[in-house]
Amino acid sequence: MNLQLGDKTFTSRLFTGTGKFSANELMEQALLASGSELITVALKRVKHTLDDDILKRVQHPHQHLLPNTSGARTAKEAIFAAQLSREAFQTNWLKLEIHPDPKYLMPDPIETLLAAEELVKEGFIVLPYIHADPVLCKRLEDVGVAAVMPLGAAIGSNQGLQTKAFLRMIIEQSSVPVIVDAGIGAPSHAAEAMEMGAAAVLVNTAIAVSGDPVGMARAFKLAVEAGRLAFESTLATPHTSAMASSPLTGFLNEI
Amino acid sequence: MKSDRSFQDVFDQLDWETTKQSIYGKTEADVRRALSNEVRSLEDFKALISPAAAPFLEEMAQKSHELTLRRFGKVIHMYIPLYLSNECQNICTYCGFSLDVDIARKTLTDAEIHAEARIVKEKGYDHLLLVTGEANKTVGLPYFRNAIGLLKPYFSQISMEVQPLDEADYKTLVDDGLYAVLVYQETYHKADYKIHHPKGKKSNFNYRLDTPDRLGRAGVHKIGLGVLFGLEDWRTDTFFCATHLDYLEKTYWKTKYAVSFPRLRPCAGGVELKSVMSDRDLVQLICAYRLFNQEVELSMSTRESAVFRDHVIQLGITSISAESKTDPGGYASPNVSLEQFEIDDTRSTDDFTEVIKAKGYEPVFKDWDWALTHHHE
Repeated sequence: MNLQLGDKTFTSRLFTGTGKFSANELMEQALLASGSELITVALKRVKHTLDDDILKRVQHPHQHLLPNTSGARTAKEAIFAAQLSREAFQTNWLKLEIHPDPKYLMPDPIETLLAAEELVKEGFIVLPYIHADPVLCKRLEDVGVAAVMPLGAAIGSNQGLQTKAFLRMIIEQSSVPVIVDAGIGAPSHAAEAMEMGAAAVLVNTAIAVSGDPVGMARAFKLAVEAGRLAFESTLATPHTSAMASSPLTGFLNEI
Repeated sequence: MKSDRSFQDVFDQLDWETTKQSIYGKTEADVRRALSNEVRSLEDFKALISPAAAPFLEEMAQKSHELTLRRFGKVIHMYIPLYLSNECQNICTYCGFSLDVDIARKTLTDAEIHAEARIVKEKGYDHLLLVTGEANKTVGLPYFRNAIGLLKPYFSQISMEVQPLDEADYKTLVDDGLYAVLVYQETYHKADYKIHHPKGKKSNFNYRLDTPDRLGRAGVHKIGLGVLFGLEDWRTDTFFCATHLDYLEKTYWKTKYAVSFPRLRPCAGGVELKSVMSDRDLVQLICAYRLFNQEVELSMSTRESAVFRDHVIQLGITSISAESKTDPGGYASPNVSLEQFEIDDTRSTDDFTEVIKAKGYEPVFKDWDWALTHHHE
């Protein structure tokens, strides 16, 4: 089943990024292998013309650009960066990233909510990167974001779904698509998020820094498809022990 | 960012000799513990910079490589220094710009700044580091504001390595778009600092020591730290620097940090070096920093040799310059008699970026945007 997000329909539920690759050519090949249709690009990394070497490589017909505000520390900086990015890239799609803490790049919930509210009013399709905070997700939904992007673990940490318990609550309660972003280090992590009912995942470091980014991109593509198919097919309930052979209530049949 | 604290409170608790003894007293067991810890403390850092860690260099290098890759990816950030002036009222025993060194003095005019900017831009650079001596009357706040204004249309990021300024001046420059400030303590050995800086505003040790605090309060995006290797025992000096970094990260948590590794190079009127740092020592130190702090930027200049630079880009260095000139106006009209120090790696930017690519890294020239620096009131 396709994913409807903002004004677009996606057949791929694997979103990707452009950072950390050892060469731009390799990035292009890996992103093509991933089948990804939504690719995030940091405004700060590119020249504001579509002939930039990174931008040139993510303009295949099926690919859409998702500019991000990485580097912004406040709502004010993010809003300014968003306006500039809309002008430069001719898209109102935006991955809102406000992480004032350069150490772990933890998103600032207060500034993010403020910026999201303003940017939605200005007509942006806002996808905010946030901590896996169920209440914040509902607050963002209230101001009109197109999706929420809670983290699985710290950016680039490859630690998987450390926030699993909270991601479950978010997915359960959300009326907008939930895209698990950050921390996904292996295809199995991506599959796990999809099995839980995430609408999509965003993967960058795990592909870019792997030994073979093209091969890894394909592995993620398959894992996301498998995880989604499993979710749609309804997973069998796991059991921690075998079914007891002498049921405690068996006597009821005998009286 | 409310803080009445300054690094001096931490510094005053530390004693040079005790610290030195503690570093040199670290054992193989201390090093093994430091290597196996996932989060490493300042005590672990001591072990990693100690002589006891020398046999573990390859293991440290492997870990440093892996951690750097995870955090920074397969990229190397490129920057270039732009020397604006070699006028200086300080005496520094090791520096080619020192007041007592008999060289011609030059401060770039607006036209010369434009000429330099065009050449540097042509080479592909987008991140610029402005460098000067200390001549507060001619090369002070108004000069810096003017220079930033002139250079902004050319570059995405402008940083400086100039004399320490007051907090209000830093705030003004941050509002003008200044990104980072590099200020090296040179040495944390207070008595030796006085010997190497006998005259000028720079002779005030405490004012310099407090500079990163003023920068943190002024909200600059990045602060660069370092010590000058050759003045004092590098291990002890480095431990003080790492302690400074640790304090700053906790106090100004929105600021990024960078560490540089300036080894003293020959210059006009240069001093006899007290402590010599070998290539092996420097590699140990780079790896120790990465193991201690996975997020800090580690930066390397053209002071180092081509062969050394080619190899350390895989060991933890994340930011590097190339084709630098240390004489004001040197890109348009080189004049070695104006140099701060003689650079070692003189390869062109294109030649060096080919090496970076061959090592499996993408050289990144743009990783900032004015949209993120401007303060829009």
